[in-house]
Amino acid sequence: MLIILQLILFIVVAPFLSGLISKVKNNIRMRKGQSVLQPYYNLAKLFSKREVVSETASWIFKVTPFVVLAAMLVSAALIPVFMLRSPLNHAGDFLALIFIFSLGRFFLVLSALDTGSSFGGMGGSREMFISSLLEPALCMAVFAVSLQFGSTDILAFSGMHAISVSSVVAALTLFLVAIAETSRIPVDNQETHLELTMIHEAMVLEYSGRSLALIELSSYIKQMILFFLIAQIIFPIGLPVCPEGGQVYTSFMQIFLWVLWYLARIIIIAITVALVEISVAKMRLFRAADFLGLAFVLGVVASVCAILGV
Amino acid sequence: MSNFLPKQFLQFDPLSLFFLFVIFIVSLPSAIYSFSYLKGEYSPVKIRLSWFLLTIFVFSMALVVSVNNALVFLVFWEIMSLVSYFLVVFDTDHEKSIQAGMIYIVMTHIGTAFLIAALMLMYKHANSFGFSAIKSACQVMPGKTKNIIFLLLLAGFGTKAGIVPLHIWLPYAHPQAPSHISSIMSGVMIKTAIYGIIRFVIYILGVQTYWWGILLLILAGITCLVGIIYALMVRDIKRLLAYSSVENMGIILLGIGLAMLFQSMNMPYLAVFSLIAGLYHLVNHAIFKGLLFLGAGSVYKACGTRDMEKLGGLIKNMPQTAACFLIGAMAISALPPLNGFVSEWLTLQAFFLGAVNATGGVKVFLVICAAVLALTSGLAAACFVKAFGITFLALPRSRYAKEAREVPLTMRAGMFFLSLLVIIFGLACVKIIKILSQVAGSVTGFDISSMHFSLNNFVLSPQVGKNIYSSTPLLGLMLLVLGLAGFVVYRLFGKNKAVIYKTWDCGYYKIGPRNEYTATAFSKPFRIAFSFFLLPYRKTQKIRESFYHVKSFAYETHTTPVFKRYIYEPLLELVFKVAKSMRRIQLGSIHLYLGYIFITIVLLIVFIQKF
Repeated sequence: MLIILQLILFIVVAPFLSGLISKVKNNIRMRKGQSVLQPYYNLAKLFSKREVVSETASWIFKVTPFVVLAAMLVSAALIPVFMLRSPLNHAGDFLALIFIFSLGRFFLVLSALDTGSSFGGMGGSREMFISSLLEPALCMAVFAVSLQFGSTDILAFSGMHAISVSSVVAALTLFLVAIAETSRIPVDNQETHLELTMIHEAMVLEYSGRSLALIELSSYIKQMILFFLIAQIIFPIGLPVCPEGGQVYTSFMQIFLWVLWYLARIIIIAITVALVEISVAKMRLFRAADFLGLAFVLGVVASVCAILGV
Repeated sequence: MSNFLPKQFLQFDPLSLFFLFVIFIVSLPSAIYSFSYLKGEYSPVKIRLSWFLLTIFVFSMALVVSVNNALVFLVFWEIMSLVSYFLVVFDTDHEKSIQAGMIYIVMTHIGTAFLIAALMLMYKHANSFGFSAIKSACQVMPGKTKNIIFLLLLAGFGTKAGIVPLHIWLPYAHPQAPSHISSIMSGVMIKTAIYGIIRFVIYILGVQTYWWGILLLILAGITCLVGIIYALMVRDIKRLLAYSSVENMGIILLGIGLAMLFQSMNMPYLAVFSLIAGLYHLVNHAIFKGLLFLGAGSVYKACGTRDMEKLGGLIKNMPQTAACFLIGAMAISALPPLNGFVSEWLTLQAFFLGAVNATGGVKVFLVICAAVLALTSGLAAACFVKAFGITFLALPRSRYAKEAREVPLTMRAGMFFLSLLVIIFGLACVKIIKILSQVAGSVTGFDISSMHFSLNNFVLSPQVGKNIYSSTPLLGLMLLVLGLAGFVVYRLFGKNKAVIYKTWDCGYYKIGPRNEYTATAFSKPFRIAFSFFLLPYRKTQKIRESFYHVKSFAYETHTTPVFKRYIYEPLLELVFKVAKSMRRIQLGSIHLYLGYIFITIVLLIVFIQKF
């Protein structure tokens, strides 16, 4: 039951984060900006719109939105949000999460190639380029967190660890990974449709209507998963339903504060992402390799710190 | 003489049985596939010849993995190499086949030479070719000899396995053979080298030295990366698969090397676990690479070309082949819940457990190795997105691709069988790991009864006491359920009236195959990112009608074959130089030659007396 609640939480809250980031960015630029709820309006609009499918497209194009959504929802179900261990947690560990992300991406790129548009090919090629160089960095971040915990179990994120140098560096690595994975500046730019720079937007260019809504929703969920993981590493906090040594809350006030802080952490991460986005310039595509190289080096540092026990 | 020719030279221990299983599970569908594949492609006489060669090939491989005598092993090893040579040059009318065969036969014999040297050294100590005798002799062998034997074995088997830089023959020979043979060669034959390493190094020689595992891990890591980077660059689909075989052999060897490392560090549990990971990836690679080669063969049969830039859009004309190829591509990219995911997960897990339990600097080394594996798997996904996307999706790029028809049933049957295996080996991972643990236990000689690799029949938990889980059936189920849930929501908003319309063409008239992204374009970012290694260069040429009017441009882009250019070509030059200088003593006089023979005999006698 809690699993379903967890999925609903991710589906409901995820678009808000994107709206928030965009609002913060606009406000800092002295603009009014769109409403925080704009992503919801967009989704609602897309759901009611008719779809246009390319005549070149095959069944790959049609199943991709569902595969991508399923992959993101499975990831969202795996991570411990409310409870320590549910039957579904057994399905995969932290390493499996990397591969599940990769499943969604695989189909997204195939669907981009499917329509025969050069935008799709361009976006797909760049996406694979970025993500394959991202993989070692992500793996190192996983290792760093897991080495502290002693196993790659997803429970490393149950928030019962003490903050160490290693976890800070690992969080930083994950932060860089998250920026690249959620197609944000300096790697990609969500706000533009300029063919020279776009990656994610070029990939999903041929999608419209409900299919596009599902894909957008999946990217929001992915973003929230990554933010959640970062938050759990750097601001560890116990889980509410946690029989084995989590915090015990007695009063209503405590629970209220807990919930507040639980959500506030993710918002802090989102605001940080917004601040990073407005303070750096978009990199050339091939400079992104350096960015990902930095993420990898940080990941190695985090792992070495974890090995040294600091 | 009884030392040389034993009466009983077959033995079927778990390791042999495992490899026999791998050999037959790929050979069978490939043989079925070849019924229609060969028809129309070759003359009836040649088809009969191919069946004859195929039979000998499969049986020689089967015998290689089930003999218990080093001499007999060598004999069958040689038969296997020779028959596969004939199969590589089967398309005798292609000049490329002859060249590929030449490279193959030279390289494979260099490898065999190393093997003979290693086995002779073993014989010298054991006075017998029997495996058991050699094994007991190896217990008391001095460490230095052991090291030499290990290096010789590594070079010998490494040539067959395609360890970089000895991989040079693989991308030539494998694509050139008929597709069902490529599938067996890539799926199974190169695995006999892994058998050799496990049998001779882990089982017979016994790993005591710490650096063996480290050396193998470094080589395997390099092999992974080099293999997949080259695979990304090529546009010939079978060549891409061949390079990806190099990469996957690297992944298998990561597991084997890790097992050796843990064995020398005296960690039986982890040694067994890593060996399981390696063996699991071995059988997985046999299955999905066999499948992919059969798929590529079907494309070749239907379109008459292997060049991806001339293919495209095949998913519409060949839906079943496309579906099978997609399953293979997903498996090799390690996507859950298919089999490639299980073995890569196990290998990563083995690295992780090593990093937790090992001591000192090895920990950091293992972490870096894991990063290499992660990068490899990321690049592999990119590579197979390219292979599937460019070949099967979008618009056909040539007339051949447009007119392609689905291949006959026997060819599809072979692919269906292997696709089914991909799924079974993904979902039934716990059962398979139990079987593999028997194999690994019998090889390493550790007691496995106390090691629990599974929590129950669905969930995998490699470390006792610690909670590490992965369950492909559960993941698959969740993906299915949530995907369906998405579909239901999608349908809840009323029936979807999708409009079929042209792809967005920026307002120009028409978008055609020429506007599509090509394989070369798709891999461009990688070519730039890895330019320090690939050394790409371009050739542009202006084709002029007259001095003032340039009619068209010819533009080519290439990558420098680093290993060929900087290792093999200088080596070849050296060989020719030496051969030329040898001509000076070759004067054509029979007396002189008799004199040479006499001197040689005298020297040999002196040598035997002295040593």
